[in-house]
Amino acid sequence: MSLLNVTDLNVSYTASSGTVQAVHGINLTVERGQTTAIVGESGSGKSTSALAIIGLLPDNASVSAGAITLIDQPVTPVMRGKRVGLIPQDPTNSLNPTKTIGESVAEGLRIHGHADVKSKVLRLLEKVGIDQPERRYKQYPHELSGGMNQRVLIAAALALEPDLLIADEPTSALDVTVQKVILDLLDQMREELGIGILLITHDLAVAGDRAHRIVVMQQGAVVEEGLAAHVLANPRQPYTQRLLADAPSLATGSQAPLRPSTREGEIILSVENLGQVYGNFTALEGLSFEVTRGSTHAIVGESGSGKTTAGRAIAGLLTPSSGQITLDGVKLKPSRALRQKVQMVYQNPYSSLNPRQTIGKAIGEGLGNFTNLTKKQIQQRVQDYLELVSLSPELANRRPRELSGGQRQRVAIARALILEPDVVVLDEAVSALDVTVQAQILRLLEKLQQELGLTYLFISHDLAVVRQISDTVTVMSRGQQVEHGETAHVFTNPQSDFTRTLLGAIPGASYRHGNYNLGL
Amino acid sequence: MKTAYTKPTALLAYLILATAILWSLAPGLFTQGDPIIGDDRALLAPSATHWFGTDSVGRDLYTRVIYGARNSLLGALVAVLVGLIIGTSLGVIAGTLRGKAETIIMRIVDVLLSIPSLLLSLAVLILLGFGTMNAAIAVGVTSIAMFARLVRSQVLSVVSSDYVEAAYGVGSTRTAVLIRHVLPNSLTPVLALVALQFASALLQLATLGFLGYGTPPPTPEWGLLIADSRAYLATSWWLTLLPGAVIVAVVLAANHISHIINQEGQV
Repeated sequence: MSLLNVTDLNVSYTASSGTVQAVHGINLTVERGQTTAIVGESGSGKSTSALAIIGLLPDNASVSAGAITLIDQPVTPVMRGKRVGLIPQDPTNSLNPTKTIGESVAEGLRIHGHADVKSKVLRLLEKVGIDQPERRYKQYPHELSGGMNQRVLIAAALALEPDLLIADEPTSALDVTVQKVILDLLDQMREELGIGILLITHDLAVAGDRAHRIVVMQQGAVVEEGLAAHVLANPRQPYTQRLLADAPSLATGSQAPLRPSTREGEIILSVENLGQVYGNFTALEGLSFEVTRGSTHAIVGESGSGKTTAGRAIAGLLTPSSGQITLDGVKLKPSRALRQKVQMVYQNPYSSLNPRQTIGKAIGEGLGNFTNLTKKQIQQRVQDYLELVSLSPELANRRPRELSGGQRQRVAIARALILEPDVVVLDEAVSALDVTVQAQILRLLEKLQQELGLTYLFISHDLAVVRQISDTVTVMSRGQQVEHGETAHVFTNPQSDFTRTLLGAIPGASYRHGNYNLGL
Repeated sequence: MKTAYTKPTALLAYLILATAILWSLAPGLFTQGDPIIGDDRALLAPSATHWFGTDSVGRDLYTRVIYGARNSLLGALVAVLVGLIIGTSLGVIAGTLRGKAETIIMRIVDVLLSIPSLLLSLAVLILLGFGTMNAAIAVGVTSIAMFARLVRSQVLSVVSSDYVEAAYGVGSTRTAVLIRHVLPNSLTPVLALVALQFASALLQLATLGFLGYGTPPPTPEWGLLIADSRAYLATSWWLTLLPGAVIVAVVLAANHISHIINQEGQV
């Protein structure tokens, strides 16, 4: 008998423009003491399915299902919290900022009329690994880190001793090392309390590490379903195969070869002792590296490591407080002329394009600034560059909202390349994209580098991607340069503890090492 | 596509505003009467010949309301333009230059906001002298602060967005960024405020007219019509009520459109 049994789940949304079928014919089960993962890209309906199970969809959604049962009882809203706990995605948004940690965790207990709430909450906080529970009890969410807040949410979800936990992308907003800790905690809780977990994730590697069963979803339907080992080792559907091939963390250490180690060539960019101080906070200190023409240098670090500050300084968008940047033999000062030589591509393609500007205008803007080309010539160049990034030239007259995330990022790349820069700073340029789109953009970047001899500065938190794309790498932590060298060298033979921790936290280890979670 | 812009209530609001605008552009189309010279008995009740009745000197009130639209709407338009142009400029300057310029501008704006608007417009009127246009300018001055504050906050949020940085990144100058990126993306809420301020300017102008600081008689103006007839409130209440209803209808219509713009965003 399964813990959770969902058969033939359908969800449709009614909007003024008509009815949209979001999810159709979903079947899944969660066993007691096991984890079932729903894997899919954005828009695949994985969150909709999970929220439908717990009954938290908005009013314009209509849910029909053959059965949603928890130990043979239909799931009702009354079970929320008591029998089914939910861990939301973004810990910083999911806790009430005006309530203390203790009150947040206690809320469910109070609603369900428990006595002796405080001691229970303290025990829970201790259980999820929060140090000094007495002190934390009185603190507010903004005083805690994202990882700590996620622990608090887990404590709140566990407070009423539910049979099933629904974890909706519980670690997507967290750094990779914190992600590992939180997932370990979930595993530990599952084993200790014998609960079932329904884990929603976009990351097949995470699912492979943590889940006993995997459900792969695409466009509202289940594509493939089965034991984790089966699905990963022997994917039957082309979509699953593509997901597996495109996930950088799964490729690491297996088929994808590292890039040829050293490339001889002239140094195009050299950074010496770069530092940035805000008031009495040091964001960046003593960063030094050199990049050869036509190669990719990666800066890796967690949030707050100073990697974006470094990228912005090199792109000339801020004046560093100390240090020197030399580009092509010339000492760099922020100026308009420099802008042509260093271009930047941003993380979020939804915020880096002006919503009121057409694609063509956005791409051509730089040309208008730096050259005396006529409007017609600019249009022609824009068309050329749209084709270069594999977009249809007809898109020039569209606006950003008509394009998908991947298409927008291609536009942002075209906007950077049309100025024929020496160095392109890619600031988390693929982090916001779905894994298949990410793979496409990475392939495009590689192709462009070979064709145009571009030099990339690739800023990322994702070591798996960095390993795939970069020649040399700088690892940063809290504004300090921790390690620096050829990517192959740093990854196979890390010198610092921090790099080792980072490498160890890349999900997908079980897949890479072949020791699958067989669900036995 | 069915949006809030095409709902029945929105259509009604457009209809009311369009009618008022037509009144002010071509009053002769709506009435044959003379707004200045009375030709009938005074204080008649509404009837088929005099839809709104006649005033104390026998002029057709309906005719005067229609001819009054021009003065009232034009006044409100000028008032909004004064507030929009000066306020938006101040807001953009404060939002883009930051530093001392921002501090000075925003403190002046705070002072403007702290003075009750009627008092402020009366003070300006006393400085400028009475009259239709002066009343409009006086009312406009009271809305400068609102526009400046709104525009500044909009500009601040747009200026920090990635696409503005990206525009600087491809070598655009500050002016170009301002015109191409910042202004187009800041103006939707400003448009909503324009509609809202139009309504409030209409009311304020009527207030000033009522108090006798606006358009001098015998030119019809909505506030003045109500002021003239308030002495007969007990016997001929419709003389106050009907022009009042017209003002309320136009103000509500403008308010409603402002509300829709705010809700829908993108125009």
